[in-house]
Amino acid sequence: MWNKRREEEPPKPFNPPVTPSVPPAAASAPTPVTTSVEVKKEITPVSSTPVSRFEPANTGNSIGKSVKVVGQIYSKEDLYVDGTVEGTLEASEHKLTIGPHGTIQASIKAREVLVLGTIQGNVEAYERLEIRKDAKLMGDIRTARIVIEDGAYFKGSIDIIKPEPVKAPKQAASAAAPAANQTPASPAPTPTPAPVAENRR
Amino acid sequence: MWFSGSRNGKRGGSGDDAPGRIAFPSRTIPAQNGAMTRTSRGLEEFFGHIHGLSGLTLLDLGGATQQNVSFITDLGHRLYSENFLQILKESTSGEGMADQSNPGLIDYFLRQTLDYPEAHFDGVLIWDVLEYLAPALLTAVVERLHKVVRPGGYMLAFFHADDKLEAVPSYAFRIQDVKNLQVLQHGTRRPMQLFNNRSLERLFTRSDSVKFFLTKDRLREVVIRA
Repeated sequence: MWNKRREEEPPKPFNPPVTPSVPPAAASAPTPVTTSVEVKKEITPVSSTPVSRFEPANTGNSIGKSVKVVGQIYSKEDLYVDGTVEGTLEASEHKLTIGPHGTIQASIKAREVLVLGTIQGNVEAYERLEIRKDAKLMGDIRTARIVIEDGAYFKGSIDIIKPEPVKAPKQAASAAAPAANQTPASPAPTPTPAPVAENRR
Repeated sequence: MWFSGSRNGKRGGSGDDAPGRIAFPSRTIPAQNGAMTRTSRGLEEFFGHIHGLSGLTLLDLGGATQQNVSFITDLGHRLYSENFLQILKESTSGEGMADQSNPGLIDYFLRQTLDYPEAHFDGVLIWDVLEYLAPALLTAVVERLHKVVRPGGYMLAFFHADDKLEAVPSYAFRIQDVKNLQVLQHGTRRPMQLFNNRSLERLFTRSDSVKFFLTKDRLREVVIRA
């Protein structure tokens, strides 16, 4: 009587929550990328409203929040994406900003990445990656420096890469050589091994 | 097996009603935004085992925070981050935690959170997330943790020491240094079950060793060697 237990109910079938998930292939490099560009309905690409603490760069390209791109994007200047991108996104020497409405299902390579929206895919930011509050990043990260605000969501791995030390230009090294030889009028025809440019006593 | 801290049932801490006692004496330093910084023997023990090593692979189940990411990556380790409780909340999709024994949910949850190769990690920062799992899900999660952590790897888990609590404070844990934690309370949460040393031993029965530390804020810090 006291220990009467309820009959155990058979387990209900589990329906996983419906999330706007991406096929896992999106996280890896999409090998045969279709380079088609779907422009659903472009109103004004620059109309994406930035959040309060974010000021989009005045220079550079932008993809508005009503634009969807499927394919590869290579940018040779700073890029602001507030729309949807599927494929690959590369701005190797520039800054990439994912706006608050931006939804990226792509692998990303850029010098600097600022995330205010959602990224599903691996990110390589050579200098710096910043994930702002309410932003989401699901993927593996390789970067030299990472900033994650409280309230940001991240799932994946973080690899910190050391930025390559800036090599001294060869000209500067060879310029030190004639100064040591006291023959400024006869520049060395070939870049000889640069002598140590320090004063030894 | 080691036991550290009081085993006679007496507990110190902020909730102690003994007159004249000061809660969280010198070891706990109030920080800004309501967070407290305190020493953590468990954390010290955990990082003591990986001291001097670099290039390890660590998993943090408490979600990504700047402090933890910076601390661990500055040591030269690779960090994986999972927001365990958020995924749990999303998996149960607002039905509470009553369906945590559902085999479908258990399978789904494990795929979302711990879908890693065997012996992939050298260490796991579990924090207090295991408290909020129902027995069936908890058993499955611990079993999976044992698979993904290499033999000889370490795990750090926290459990509330009070055994009559309806709801316990839920915390975000931020590493300040190898032995100091910033603890930020963000509300309370009802644990699915409460643990004592014996039940923890049973839970981690597959482990090589389990080491307990009882803190002044009524947490059992448990360092588990896989």
